Amino acid sequence: MTAQLLTFYLFSGVILISSLMVISTKNPVHSVLFLILSFLNAAGLFVILHAEFLAMILIIVYVGAVAVLFLFVVMMLDFKTSINKDNILQYIPIGILIGVVFVAELVIVLINTKFDLSNIQVLPNPLSDFIGKSNTEAIGSVLYTDYILYFQLSGVILLVAMIGSIVLTLREREGVKRQAVSEQLQRQGKIDLVDVKSGKGVDI
Amino acid sequence: MISLAQTYFIEVMTIILYCLLIFVPLLLGVVMALYADRKIWAAVQKRRGPNVVGPYGLFQVPADGLKFIFKEIILPDGSDKTVFLIAPIITLALSITAWAVVPVQAGVVLANINVGILYIFAISSLGVYGILMAGWSSNSKYPFFGALRSAAQMVSYEVSIGFVIITVLLCVGSLNLTEIVMAQKTMWFFIPLFPMFIVFFISALAETNRPPFDLPEAESELVAGYQTEYSGMPFVLFLFGEYINILLMCAMTTILFLGGWLPPIDIYPLNAVPGFVWFLLKVIFVFYLFAMVKAFVPRYRYDQLMRLGWKVFLPLSLFAVVATSSILFFFNLAPGM
Repeated sequence: MTAQLLTFYLFSGVILISSLMVISTKNPVHSVLFLILSFLNAAGLFVILHAEFLAMILIIVYVGAVAVLFLFVVMMLDFKTSINKDNILQYIPIGILIGVVFVAELVIVLINTKFDLSNIQVLPNPLSDFIGKSNTEAIGSVLYTDYILYFQLSGVILLVAMIGSIVLTLREREGVKRQAVSEQLQRQGKIDLVDVKSGKGVDI
Repeated sequence: MISLAQTYFIEVMTIILYCLLIFVPLLLGVVMALYADRKIWAAVQKRRGPNVVGPYGLFQVPADGLKFIFKEIILPDGSDKTVFLIAPIITLALSITAWAVVPVQAGVVLANINVGILYIFAISSLGVYGILMAGWSSNSKYPFFGALRSAAQMVSYEVSIGFVIITVLLCVGSLNLTEIVMAQKTMWFFIPLFPMFIVFFISALAETNRPPFDLPEAESELVAGYQTEYSGMPFVLFLFGEYINILLMCAMTTILFLGGWLPPIDIYPLNAVPGFVWFLLKVIFVFYLFAMVKAFVPRYRYDQLMRLGWKVFLPLSLFAVVATSSILFFFNLAPGM
């Protein structure tokens, strides 16, 4: 138990520090790197909760794909000119506002929930139906049966977003030559292998 | 605190010992892989390859390593020095970390976790950060272009690798690597899933930046890609990380398609051989294929690489997922049904 507690404090401590660094470093690339660090440690917290499937998905989706795109975009910005120290103060009121709203929401949720801290061992296996199953199996058996509609719906929303962004950025330019690979490969009969005699050359 | 230390001291020490048991053979494997790579490449081109240092040139790689260690570490003036030095460490650390779940024999694995294959997939998707950080922090044009190319390439081919893994998982019904191997007791998966085996092999080449997909370090256009500004020890870390990743992909091909540590036929003289020997032989065979591809195939153009990833492999592997699951469903072959 003590080791678990120590790792919990390690992970959550690193999350807090790196989240703070995300908003306080001046270099946007460093911010993204700290964001990735906090994602990774959140995955560590999932592992402590025995939710290893969620942990791996968090790493694959957020760190392996989404954050790479973040980094990709941020890396190409010329950030040396875009940072202005005076701007930082003007964001503080709205930041405080968001923080207050967030804390209020948390308090509302926590007031209505009863926590039985003495029986904390039940947390990793909350539902009796899934005892003895790996959590990949448990998530799958719920996600693809009871919540199939929501699952499909979120898939469709993502698809629409993807198609939308492609349509918005698609532009046909005049005079662009493209390679037609299948046509090239099918061009039989127009290719000859010619044995060139030395000194005589070949007619084309 | 004293009792805590006593409780965990032995445990921590055994874990460190196990880690060394993975790390030391891995380092040896990388040295041999580097040597084999150069020898095979040379043999295809009718050269001798390394043959001066030691018998048959066997000590060439350690000698190179020694040279790199004693070289000066040059930090470019305009570079982001912290990120510049962290990048190779991340590359090497991640590539070693992935080996924690690779089973070399029945029960011989450091961490037999339930989501082993996802873990390896996650770790290898993190590998792109070492390259991106190296390219950006060098503050130089060639490394930057190399990093951008590499990131796009690795993210693209990860998609098809993911789908290939899903087809295998459909046939196994578990994410545990040991169970994936045991599911191949009757038939290795490269027979029923042969097209996926090919897709996985080619995607693995692209994922590890091996020729013919080594555009991130295409020396004819980008000097050395993301490694351009590196010298001495950080460069060795990149080199080792890259080769450990290659060996990992060989091991993954072995586990997913070639039956891991299982003998080809379950009869007496073959199944008396210890499992890790079979595993090692298969990994060496796949690495031999990797090396031969490097020797044979000319480098792809970048747009062709992207076309292959998104327009050929992605639809193909997506179709394979649907086809495999349909076949398994209609013939009642799906595990757990």
